[in-house]
Amino acid sequence: MRRTGGQIVCEALLRQGVEVVFGLPGGAILPLYQTLPEYPQLRHILVRHEQGAAHAADGYARATGRPGVAWATSGPGATNLVTGIATAHMDSIPIVIITGQVGRDAIGSDAFQETDITGITLPITKHNYLVMNASELPNVIAEAFHIATTGRPGPVLVDIPKDVFQEETEVADTPTINLIGYKPTIKGNDRQIRRAAELIQKAERPIILAGHGVIFSEAYDELRTLAEKTQMPVITTLLGISCFPEDHVLSVGMPGMHGMAYASLAIEESDLLLAVGMRFDDRIIGDPARFATNSKKIHIEIDPSEIGKNISVDVPIVGDAKHILAALLKLAPTKTHPDWVKHITDLKKSHPSLDIRPTDKLLPQFIIKKLSMATNGEAIIVTGVGQHQMWAAQFYTFKNPRSFITSGGAGSMGYEVPGAMGVQVGQPDKTVWSIAGDGGFQMTMCEIATMVENKIPVKIAIINNNFLGMVRQWQQFFYEKSYVATEYSHNPDFVKLAEAFGVLGLRVTKQDQVESAIKQAMEYDGPVIIDFVVEAEENVYPMIPSGQTVHDMIEEPRQTESQPIS
Amino acid sequence: MTTNMDRTITALVQDKPGVLNRITSMFRRRGFNISSLAVGQSEKPNLSRMTFVVQGNNAVVEQLLKNLDKLIDVIKVSAAPNEDVVSRELALIRVSATPDTRKEIVQIADIFRAHIVGVSPDSLIIEVAGDADKMTSMQDLLKGYGLLEVMRTGTIVMHRGKSS
Ligand SMILES: Cc1ncc(C[n+]2csc(CCOP(=O)(O)OP(=O)(O)O)c2C)c(N)n1
Repeated sequence: MRRTGGQIVCEALLRQGVEVVFGLPGGAILPLYQTLPEYPQLRHILVRHEQGAAHAADGYARATGRPGVAWATSGPGATNLVTGIATAHMDSIPIVIITGQVGRDAIGSDAFQETDITGITLPITKHNYLVMNASELPNVIAEAFHIATTGRPGPVLVDIPKDVFQEETEVADTPTINLIGYKPTIKGNDRQIRRAAELIQKAERPIILAGHGVIFSEAYDELRTLAEKTQMPVITTLLGISCFPEDHVLSVGMPGMHGMAYASLAIEESDLLLAVGMRFDDRIIGDPARFATNSKKIHIEIDPSEIGKNISVDVPIVGDAKHILAALLKLAPTKTHPDWVKHITDLKKSHPSLDIRPTDKLLPQFIIKKLSMATNGEAIIVTGVGQHQMWAAQFYTFKNPRSFITSGGAGSMGYEVPGAMGVQVGQPDKTVWSIAGDGGFQMTMCEIATMVENKIPVKIAIINNNFLGMVRQWQQFFYEKSYVATEYSHNPDFVKLAEAFGVLGLRVTKQDQVESAIKQAMEYDGPVIIDFVVEAEENVYPMIPSGQTVHDMIEEPRQTESQPIS
Repeated sequence: MTTNMDRTITALVQDKPGVLNRITSMFRRRGFNISSLAVGQSEKPNLSRMTFVVQGNNAVVEQLLKNLDKLIDVIKVSAAPNEDVVSRELALIRVSATPDTRKEIVQIADIFRAHIVGVSPDSLIIEVAGDADKMTSMQDLLKGYGLLEVMRTGTIVMHRGKSS
């Protein structure tokens, strides 16, 4: 068949099962846009800013496990995507990005809106392409999806000159993938798996440290069965949250910089760490030389370059978490460690990181806890970056996989609104709450207009402390409370802003208004913004300062005997 | 072995535009330091072979190999063993030469089995092939006469026994 480049792209996307694309047009990508009416099955969501398109594609991918797609025009359109691409890259999110480029003849001439986007995105994509012939498009798009979604997933960018979209060419019925240099290891090495089983047999104080990889490979059942069979308590990394139900008796929460004290202590005291699909990030290990020095370590990880990068391990197993856990499950002994499990229960009591201090003030922790109860731990929570993100990770009790969605590695403020938009598009029947910082919200709030236009009913809870809160906390802890450039003394009136966007706006200033506002938001058919005006100088505890260990942990000073709220 | 030493790494890569950029970009981003680099066509169509000499301990070299291998356009990587390999580099050296020194320089070239490949009234061009040590000692000996220009191709290696 003869097809234009634009038609080839649309048909290739449909062949990949793509149902929605987030984007914004411009000259270089216009020929692609003008073919869209021929493909009504391909839903296009017109964003307000290309960063929103990239974050939305990323949110869609995280919520569904299917690749997200965003596109933009050349030059500034493409560069506006960069934060979103970097965010996806740091967290290994499968997205495919298409950018328009100036015409082939103009490349290299500093033409209007020419930017070397493949050069710019080289270090923040898993791979990228500049396609100089329409005939290459079917294979390139197929390869892009293959690379994005297999092995350790990640973003792939395809840059297409304007005249390549217009070029007509003969195309074959099925594309071919020819990637001789790319063969991710899936199945784990049998001998290493046997060694891992032996270590589990010998361990007295074992811990499973589960990361994002468990979610990518959807190894939830294998993880849970293994944990129960061997009675190994499960700790999840920030991005691992929701891979293991947090109401399970073996769930010990999140460790690290703002993790629960008992989780960090349990790692420190363990004699075996079974790390699955995680990369020993500095927010977890603090000081690589002093992290979990008493334990043997098994590391299950699909990316060989993550093994031995930050922490040296005893038993490395390269491959897919689901395959390896299933194989390990067969060899692992049925065991109990009553003393160890009881010890962790005692740690939870002596270090009650999740107790909220009694006060009349409106605390962010209280709001998250109420939200968790009101949604029965079954909403999908999307966050920005900062204090509210950490409180969401700590105080919401996640029950279902893929229900905690956050920018971990990049820490991109502004993820909360467009990220949640993509999540809701991917999961139209689920309740999606965006827990936003007043700072991050204002970075990308323009996408609320996109939500209204496209009937995307995200509920947004702004944890409004009139500060860039997390930075203010660092200034309090490490710079003698010198609050330089962290106060927002003139935030907009978020309720009026909601009205301006045509969505429901609510303001909450007292504890007793929290529940009813959440209820009202959930009953409302459409996007909602709740402005939770919270205690401004509240801190996230515990905190292990950067580069330190659990021994340097700062826990919340508690005057009174703490009591959990009900 | 934790000491830093020169290690030679070879990679079979796609012969496409931008591949060298992907590789050097990764080296730069991860802070690996390349002391020499040679690129050329391999025995396989559309594939090039690159040879890098890098400084680092075992852990660094292992990370480098894994990160190279991770690049989609890299087909195969290996670290050359320190023994049992033929290691060669080619250098062109322009050294200043007067009627008094010309003869001595030719003698030095002979010792190193190097060739004089260019002559002008006040200089000579010497072509020398060998391993990195030989290059360095030859350069040291010629320094006294006045080194005007040195061009080195970067090291390439081949295992004596088997193909890589
Ligand atoms: C795009 C971006 N810029 C700057 C930062 C640095 N930073 C980390 S947390 C934070 C404060 C976030 O403030 P806000 O969104 O109001 O959330 P809060 O911490 O108050 O909950 C800042 C500025 C960042 N992570 N991302």
